[in-house]
Amino acid sequence: MTASHSVLAQLNTGERAVALIGGDATDANLRRYLHGIPGIDAVGLEQRAAALGTRSIKTSSKKWAIDKIISLIDLTTLEGADTPGKVRSLVGKALTPDPGDPSCPRVAAVCVYGDMVPHAVAALGSAHSAGTDAGVNVAAVATAFPSGRASLAVKLADVRDAVEAGADEIDMVIDRGAFLSGRFAQVYDEIVAVKHSCRRADGSAAHLKVILETGELSTYDNVRRASWLAILAGADFIKTSTGKVPVAATLPVTLSMLEVVRDWHRLTGAKIGVKPAGGIRTSKDATKYLVTVAETVVEEWLTPGLFRFGASSLLNDVLMQRQKVTSGHYSGPDYVTMD
Amino acid sequence: MSFLDYAPAPESQSLLNLRAHYGLFIDGEFVAGRGEPFQSINPATEKQIAMIAHADATDVDAAVAAARRAYDKTWSKLSGSDRGKYLFRIARLVQERARELAVAETLDNGKPIKESRDVDVPLVAAWFFYYAGWADKLDHAGVGPTPSARGVAAQVIPWNFPLLMLAWKIAPALAAGNTVVLKPAETTSLTALLFAEILQQADLPAGVVNIVTGGRDTGKALVGHPGVNLVAFTGSTGAGRAIARSVAGTDKKVVLELGGKAANIVFDDAPIDQAIEGIVNGIFFNQGHVCCAGSRLLVQESIHDDVVDRLKSRLSTLRLGDPMDKNTDIGAINSADQLARIRELTTIGEQEGAERWSPDCVLPETGFWFKPTIFTNVSTSHRIARDEVFGPVLSVLTFRTPGEAVAKANNTPYGLSAGIWTEKGSRMLAVADKLRAGVIWANTFNRFDPASPFGGYKESGYGREGGRHGLAAYLKPAAGRAAARAVTPAEKTPLSRKKAAK
Amino acid sequence: MTRLAVPKTYKLYLGGTFPRSESGRVYEIRSHDGEFLANAAKASRKDARDAVVAARSALGGWAGATAYNRGQVLYRIAELLEGRRAQFMAEIVQAEGVTPAAASAQVDEAIDRWVWYAGWADKYLQVAGNANPVSGPYFNLSVPDPTGVVAIIAPQTGGSLLGLVSAVAPALVSGNTVVVIANETMPLSAISLGEVLATSDVPGGVVNVLTGSPAEMAPWLASHADVNALDLVGAGDLDWVHLEIDAAETLTRVLQPENGPDAASPSLARILAFTETKTIWHTKGLI
Repeated sequence: MTASHSVLAQLNTGERAVALIGGDATDANLRRYLHGIPGIDAVGLEQRAAALGTRSIKTSSKKWAIDKIISLIDLTTLEGADTPGKVRSLVGKALTPDPGDPSCPRVAAVCVYGDMVPHAVAALGSAHSAGTDAGVNVAAVATAFPSGRASLAVKLADVRDAVEAGADEIDMVIDRGAFLSGRFAQVYDEIVAVKHSCRRADGSAAHLKVILETGELSTYDNVRRASWLAILAGADFIKTSTGKVPVAATLPVTLSMLEVVRDWHRLTGAKIGVKPAGGIRTSKDATKYLVTVAETVVEEWLTPGLFRFGASSLLNDVLMQRQKVTSGHYSGPDYVTMD
Repeated sequence: MSFLDYAPAPESQSLLNLRAHYGLFIDGEFVAGRGEPFQSINPATEKQIAMIAHADATDVDAAVAAARRAYDKTWSKLSGSDRGKYLFRIARLVQERARELAVAETLDNGKPIKESRDVDVPLVAAWFFYYAGWADKLDHAGVGPTPSARGVAAQVIPWNFPLLMLAWKIAPALAAGNTVVLKPAETTSLTALLFAEILQQADLPAGVVNIVTGGRDTGKALVGHPGVNLVAFTGSTGAGRAIARSVAGTDKKVVLELGGKAANIVFDDAPIDQAIEGIVNGIFFNQGHVCCAGSRLLVQESIHDDVVDRLKSRLSTLRLGDPMDKNTDIGAINSADQLARIRELTTIGEQEGAERWSPDCVLPETGFWFKPTIFTNVSTSHRIARDEVFGPVLSVLTFRTPGEAVAKANNTPYGLSAGIWTEKGSRMLAVADKLRAGVIWANTFNRFDPASPFGGYKESGYGREGGRHGLAAYLKPAAGRAAARAVTPAEKTPLSRKKAAK
Repeated sequence: MTRLAVPKTYKLYLGGTFPRSESGRVYEIRSHDGEFLANAAKASRKDARDAVVAARSALGGWAGATAYNRGQVLYRIAELLEGRRAQFMAEIVQAEGVTPAAASAQVDEAIDRWVWYAGWADKYLQVAGNANPVSGPYFNLSVPDPTGVVAIIAPQTGGSLLGLVSAVAPALVSGNTVVVIANETMPLSAISLGEVLATSDVPGGVVNVLTGSPAEMAPWLASHADVNALDLVGAGDLDWVHLEIDAAETLTRVLQPENGPDAASPSLARILAFTETKTIWHTKGLI
């Protein structure tokens, strides 16, 4: 460790990165730092994740978990065919997940493409949190999502547009090509630039979620290094994937990212969020993630500020489970609403 | 409420139909024992589960005679493929009744249901499947062409993995063509008796497997019985020593799987999160009632503090309590005796100056419990660094160089297992070469598989169980050297024994 | 006028050197027809103890040598034995009273036995080890490893050279080191073999030869905590059951006595009797 907890806590992001890396964020310095992080044994990681997945969450714990999962969802639509109408419908679902049960919590945010942000903001109206703790956030994917293959200028314009349109959170993608070819400084600089573009005129800033696209990074060691790199550069959240490549969120990959977040907290005292996205479709799966968060970091991480599910179909499965827990009978797809 | 206080998730016990009294299983039937029946209790509640028959020497005699008859008249006349088919049947029946067996094991032993369900019982089935296939391929077992069975096997097993140890013993014995008299541990007879019911369902010929429950006297009578051809024992080194002494001078083949004090070596380049899991699994799996447990953590000095910190926070998430709860990580200590031994050794650890730490957790009021415990500041001369505790107690020691790690790891009369954690392949292989231990886990720990030989060096015993090597003890090579064995002549030159004998 | 011969003093072979017994004791060795041949050293329990120390300190180097190298070193013994066959024949004829042809045949067989075992050094491991197909993402390999220090009571009957070679050679193949108590009444070829070993490439301490009374020394070796295996092949006339009982104290591996013409006959089993199977697991992960 190059600096103590208390010293690191007082530095700004850039200074802290320099202190930790031991120099400027060059490819060589970053490589040395990232490759100095302990490796991951894939077999052991997957076994640990599988073991966490065998926790049996019953009765009162299950009930708590169901409401918690709902409150952590970034309800998402990311399709070429998205329309204002589709986004309004999504927002309606976000605000009232179960029309038959007013005690059902709202989701954390809706997640849309940048050009849909104004429609989401409008549809939310007074329910838009807009920087407050109450209400539902609007998250926008940006930086030429999902491939990220555009010039930096285009990516930053993408971000600024979304922020100006009222996005509370920006989900950016890293340049996986640059990462895989060892151009760590480029990835780092892009994240720094995007973070800068998240700032609003009033001095506040949209929260930055950095999508690693873990399926494309392929190895757990890469995921761990990319996680550290993103956090060093200023990510508020690290996120597994876009849902646009075949391998998205898995429990082991999320576990490995949670371990980074835990270690960063030990090192600096700062809290970084984690968002698995893509492929989490059932209440049972989502519960495994809650267990993994609680037993890897601490239970306090189970809050929208520090943990999210990026999902679309997950919500209805959770709602059916919720109806079962409440009524004692199994529910069916016709008893939950489409978004 | 805290989410981590998971609501109770007890496994249902409704599929378990236990009898109030269990007899001995001799010649295919349950019969009363001649000794005084004894209680089998649930170590998590101290409540009686059933009364178990106690076999005396006469009962053991009857069991050995039944095994001999079955060997002579049935089992040795059966083709290898038919023997294999019986073993396949048994494997399937174990799978069919897996949940029932897991529940019974947890009830009787105190181990967490998730372990009996996910580790013990699946491995039991796997063991029978594996050896079933060997029964008609013994020419390839590595002891030369056309080997024969040895005859009647006396098998004595411990209480830490009752049904799994039974499978380790019975499956290769039957595959090789032997018949069996098996004695379960006194505190854990239950699943062996349920297994006897499975043998009845499998229609295994009477007498091929006999199960005699009882105490040490029963085991002694069995091991010392002149009618047995081989002795396979898993248990303490002290008991193994006694067996080795008692069979000296006989032609009984002996397999001993005894104690251990395994080093789990963590280098500074280890995959640290997996190493922490491996350390935890190494010593807290099955409450540390594991002969190959990684009870000595040897950690490179440069990462000692970090490893201990991480270990402590990981231990704080372990859940101790009702073994039948599906979320329990640490169950009950198997017996009051064992609990007393763990307490004694840990008290000595403190007295010797080691620093003791346990996570905050509430122990249930009845039953036998011991908190997961770590000792730091342990030196190689402390008893907690040398004696087998056989409980959830980890001693942490440090090393500076790979050479020192190897030297400290080998500095024990035991030699059963060891762990190595490093990302450097060449170092892993070199360290594995130099460790004097029969099973070495690199970047993992406490893995078992029927295809993988298991057994120790030095005072951890001899012979191997599992894999092709596990057949050797149960097979007699075709004639040849057998003829050369010395017969005991009447006149012996006496030894000059001034002080040599210990 | 015939030249007056220069007789050899027969000593022990310990740690690569030829000391007298620390006890200063000797015992008379006579030929088959009662003629005085030599005063052999009568080794004591302390000599046995020193031999174990020597064997233990030589273990790392010998076990750590490559299998190819061990094979060559064992083969070299055969070469040297061939070169000194006249000496061994003469000793055998004197000690055992056999014909020169029979002595020659024994030397031949002893040489061939070294060659046979030498060839095993880089093969027994392939035959006795294997890859294990465990159900999981693991590399899993079982290999035999030398047991350690092996104490041997050489055959006390039969060919005095061949019996010794038959007992010692298989223990050396895998990398064990040896303390051997020679044939009590016919120990001279054992010491001459020590001379061969000393001038061969066998490192000092790998083979240690004690002459004297097996009945006196064997209990000390059997109960010695630093002896890992005990070959009682030549202990048939001793009260060997007690040796086996003593050995149980530290779970020392024991091979029981063998009698008759097949005693210590060459076999892979004899090599493997002094090995421990080590199984190594390592995780396998592509990602």
